[in-house]
Amino acid sequence: MSIEVRDLNYIYNAGMPGETVALRDVSFDVCDGETLGIIGHTGSGKSTLLQHLNGLIKPASGEIIVNGQCITDGKTKMTEVRRKVGLVFQYPEYQLFEETVAKDVAFGPKNLGMEEEEIEEKVRNAVGLVGLDYEEIKDMSPFELSGGMKRRVAIAGVIAMGPEILILDEPTAGLDPSAHRDILAMGRRIHDEMGIILIFVSHNMADIAMLSDKVIVMSEGTIALSGTPKEVFSQRERLEVMGLALPPAREITELIKSKAPAFKSDAITIDEAAEDIKTYLEEARG
Amino acid sequence: MIRDITLGQYYPGDSAVHRLDARTKIIATLLYIIELFVVNNFWGFLIAAAALFAVIAVSRVPLKFIFRGLTAVFLIIAFTFVLNLFMVEGRVLWHWKFLTITYEGVHRAFFMAVRLVLLIIGSSVMTLTTKPVELTDGLEKLLKPFSKIGLPSHEIALMMTIALRFIPTLMEETDKIIKAQQARGADFESGNLLQRAKSLIPILVPLFVSSFRIAQDLALAMEARCYRGGGGRTRMNEIKFRRGDAVAAVLMVLFLAVIIASRFITL
Ligand SMILES: Nc1ncnc2c1ncn2[C@@H]1O[C@H](COP(=O)(O)OP(=O)(O)OP(=O)(O)O)[C@@H](O)[C@H]1O
Ligand SMILES: [Mg+2]
Repeated sequence: MSIEVRDLNYIYNAGMPGETVALRDVSFDVCDGETLGIIGHTGSGKSTLLQHLNGLIKPASGEIIVNGQCITDGKTKMTEVRRKVGLVFQYPEYQLFEETVAKDVAFGPKNLGMEEEEIEEKVRNAVGLVGLDYEEIKDMSPFELSGGMKRRVAIAGVIAMGPEILILDEPTAGLDPSAHRDILAMGRRIHDEMGIILIFVSHNMADIAMLSDKVIVMSEGTIALSGTPKEVFSQRERLEVMGLALPPAREITELIKSKAPAFKSDAITIDEAAEDIKTYLEEARG
Repeated sequence: MIRDITLGQYYPGDSAVHRLDARTKIIATLLYIIELFVVNNFWGFLIAAAALFAVIAVSRVPLKFIFRGLTAVFLIIAFTFVLNLFMVEGRVLWHWKFLTITYEGVHRAFFMAVRLVLLIIGSSVMTLTTKPVELTDGLEKLLKPFSKIGLPSHEIALMMTIALRFIPTLMEETDKIIKAQQARGADFESGNLLQRAKSLIPILVPLFVSSFRIAQDLALAMEARCYRGGGGRTRMNEIKFRRGDAVAAVLMVLFLAVIIASRFITL
């Protein structure tokens, strides 16, 4: 399983007033079981990029190759692409429409033409994976759920389609801390249990540091930086120029470094930072 | 696609047409539409079309934009054309089974189609060159005299402002919902009529829910800023008649005279 993106370009409203170059020569790849985090200022083209990955937008130029198969040559069947690449939009809770949660989650699998029993099983699994109790909520109306639960139901709707690549656009935006934590834990669980490629956008640097194996930083439609989270988050100045910041754990270790030059750390998560600080204190005590 | 509907869309610019008072443009457009029905021969339409294209040239709105508005109503025009072609009685030109085309029918069909096309282009020129806010302001001012007889002119204008303001928002919302459902494998293009109608449900339900949410948010935001209706409100940008408007008025009168005269051309 892999996804490769080569020299992608896209322009909104080409040749009209309000023309916006949304993507400029974007290239990257993600391999088996990896998690890719995407960060970038608002309007930097993240959502536009994600919509290319399952064929919702046709690029002006460039190609996208999923599992060795080019999906931008115009020959590939789109339902095939959408089965492989599951995309969950920003604020997905606004796309719920069915009378019951079970029916809504079954919408995707049904569109793919799965059998009745297979659908039932996929729906049950998906609802479980997003951390909800299937028996309890299957007959509820999706509109009576809380915001965080609605979002999980919407994500389950895509997971039930059995994607090999799951893409989440700002899955934690606008949630309270506990719902935020749940969604993150869910992301990790889905990735680990289903062994799929996970691609997600977030404005929360701590989430990016914790979840991703690779990070790309978008700025004005281009990839300005990419690498492992540690590589990316060691470029503080460049990130700040693009209106981005370091994860809180890194902010703190940088601050300590500036006051205590002997302190060494390249931590980006709170756990790593705590570990480094402990080591430093133990050494200092001798 | 859905974005091709130019109705109520503004094309930013700074031409003489853009700078005209919205009231002038509204009156001119109404007058033009009436004049289109005064015209009764080829020469009249030629003059009307020439005048319209002169205005478009001055406005510097690309023709491509103006014609985009037409594609959305093409079906209506085609329908009236066909209807007129077969329904008008008179001297028979062509006959086949129950279908008859008359000389008068051809005449009427062509004129009606040209009329509709010019009418739509004319009104799109107005909306393309006038900011929606100015348009509704102008309308409110024009309707003001009628508020004496109980016409809620401010409320009508406000409703129009809101409607125009939210056309792009709702289109964006629709676009987003369509894409989200497509990502879930929804197919809006194949199947018979019933299946296609059914496939709209996943779009319409979320769209309704969103519209109500947007409307409620807007009502709250307006109330939070103490909106209490039209009484005693002043404006940030008062609209004023300028020299250009006087020139436009003179041109309008001249044009009216020419159009009326065109009825008597016999060549
Ligand atoms: N449907 C559209 N029509 C026209 N322009 C658009 C459209 N969608 C996005 N854009 C423009 O394309 C650029 C990239 O937008 P995009 O939504 O991809 O940004 P983003 O990185 O996802 O931002 P955010 O963090 O706010 O979600 C922006 O300048 C935006 O204004
Ligand atoms: Mg976005």
